[in-house]
Formats: sequence, structure tokens, C-alpha cells
Amino acid sequence: MYVVIVGAGKVGWNLARELINKRHEVTVIEADAHRYAVVEQELEHSAMYGDGSELWVLERSGIERADLVVAVTGDDEGNVLISQVAREKYGVARVVARCNNPRNLQHFELLGVRPAISATDLILRLIEHEVPKYGLVHLLDLPEERLEIIELEVGDGSPAAGRAVKDLGLPDGSLVISILREGGGFVPTGDSVIEPGDEVLVVLDVGIESRVTELFTARTAA
Amino acid sequence: MFVLIVGCGRVGSAIATSMMEEGHEVSVLDEDAEAIALLDRGHENSWEERGGQFTEGTALEIDALLAAGIDRADAFVASTDGDNTNLVIAQVAKRRFEVERVVVRVLDPARARWYAEQGLQTVCPTQTAIELLEAAVRGQIRFEGVAG
Repeated sequence: MYVVIVGAGKVGWNLARELINKRHEVTVIEADAHRYAVVEQELEHSAMYGDGSELWVLERSGIERADLVVAVTGDDEGNVLISQVAREKYGVARVVARCNNPRNLQHFELLGVRPAISATDLILRLIEHEVPKYGLVHLLDLPEERLEIIELEVGDGSPAAGRAVKDLGLPDGSLVISILREGGGFVPTGDSVIEPGDEVLVVLDVGIESRVTELFTARTAA
Repeated sequence: MFVLIVGCGRVGSAIATSMMEEGHEVSVLDEDAEAIALLDRGHENSWEERGGQFTEGTALEIDALLAAGIDRADAFVASTDGDNTNLVIAQVAKRRFEVERVVVRVLDPARARWYAEQGLQTVCPTQTAIELLEAAVRGQIRFEGVAG
């Protein structure tokens, strides 16, 4: 499969590396000269310097024979237009676009760009579709910010069940950001009481995960 | 008619001023509150005293476009300094708000041509300059002072 990736930020670069490891042919286009120089050291001829919004740059990347185009620049307008021309002008069968600001999703939809992926949206989808089998799902790692977001399932025997959030004894550096219950979700206050069957999203500093999970895990199961 | 102009630089402000002088109702949207100075320049009364509307806001935000009156616009001009922004908001004006007359400035000739083929009224200053300069070089036209 031939894949053109526009934008060699964190997402684009890692995606390129993964796809190359899986033996796909990849070109990743980067408009920033400095960033391009860094990425090119590793990806060599798979990296290309240029503004992927410009048609001649896309054409030089061989977009016409691409099986997949991924638009993951930091600029939503750029991503939506790259996807639009990829599909409508160059006939690319599969296009994936990143939407940095969820408020812009409506523009992606209006211009027929599907799927547009926003991180927020992705988390919601994980919540909706991936029922946690292990009681804990790693939703998101933000290594630069040194934060992670985890989802915990509150079992019947969980010490957290029946307690208010403020009485959980959560360590410093952790915060309950939402409780999912019976198909809905809400942002709790300190007084919100956790019930068996809830799924709880916690944002926390890297390294204290076990101290948080033990507050939710039934002792017999541990 | 009611004209909404997004992007109040040299081009947008000049169009806004002429449309106002021709007696049209004009609303201008720009992310920079200071941009209104271009509309006041050379006039004794301010833009708003002359009956113009100015909204500070980001072109991509639907709320800003609504505050600037996009839902009742007869004509829409996309004249920010970014091709990408112009092409997205022009399509939003056309498809979502069904503005009858949408014109969009696109500096990149290749994209101006392709979007024109898709039914957008694109104006490409780069292409215009190329054609005029070529004609002047060939001696087919001759400019006295400023062309255009």
C-alpha cells in the first residue's frame, strides 16, 4: 500500500515509522524546514519537504497513485482542504484527516471529509465501544505533559463503591474527570458518590497509577 | 444588498469602503480588532458612524460568522491573508449558509483554477499579475502609472 502523510509532527512521524515497519511505501510531507531536517535523518527518502496544501507538492509526492492519504498537520483548514483535493481531484480511495479543534469537525463534515479524527472524539469512541475487560483501560498518554488518562471499572466489591469522590483518598496528582453511568456521563464534584458499575476516568501524573488503581480494585481480586 | 467581507486587510477594507460608498450595507469580520483602522482611514467619521458593521472574531468560528450576519448576506467575500482559511470559509458560506454570491481570493493559481472548476468564484491576484506583466513585457499593453 502506498501512503502519503501530510505533516510530520508527532502523529505523522510515528505513523510513518509504523507503516514503514509494516513494509508499506510511505511519503511524509513536512512544510517546516527544521522539522523536515530532523525527520529526514531517520526516514531518509520517505520524507519530503514542502507545503502539502500546494497541489504541485502533492503531485510530486505521487498522490495520484496513493491508496491512502493522511492529513495530520496542526492546521485544520489545511487538513480539510488536503483531504478534499485528495479525494475529489486525485481520486484517492481512502482519506483520514486529523481535526485539532473539535469545533472544526462541522467544517470537515460539511466538506465531506470522513473520517475526521479528533483526539477528543477518539476518547469518546473508546469509551463507547471498547468495553473494558480488565477493569482498566489506558486511554491516553501525554508523555510531554507527563500525564495519563485511565479508565477504571468499579466492581461490586470495589472499595470505591458507595464513596464520595472526596473521600476516596486519591493521591496528589490525580483527579477524577468524569463518571460514566448507564450510558451517560458527567463531571463529578467532590460530593458525587461512586456506584458499583460506574466507569471512572482519572487523569494522573505518570508513575502513580498503581496507587490510584488500588483504591478501585477489590482486595480479594488483587 | 448586504455584503459580508471576511479579512480586513488592504483588499478587504478597500472593497468594504467602495461597497459602502455605493450604498450597500456592509459588515466586516477580522480577527484583529485594530483592523478597523483601515476602514476609518481617510474619513472624518468612523466606519461605524458611517453605518458599517465590524465584528472581531475568527473566520472559522460559526458564532463569529453569525454575529457578522452571514445568515442574511447576499454577497460574501473571503479575503483573509490565508488561502486555506479563504477556501474553507467560502465553501461554508456557499454550502451551509447558501449565500448567493461568494467570491474568494486565492493566491495559489493551481488551487484557484481547480476550485473555480468546482463552482467557486475564485480571484487569483497572482495569475492576474502574471498575465498583465507578460502582456506588458510583450509590448501588447502599456501601463501609465499604476496598472489594474
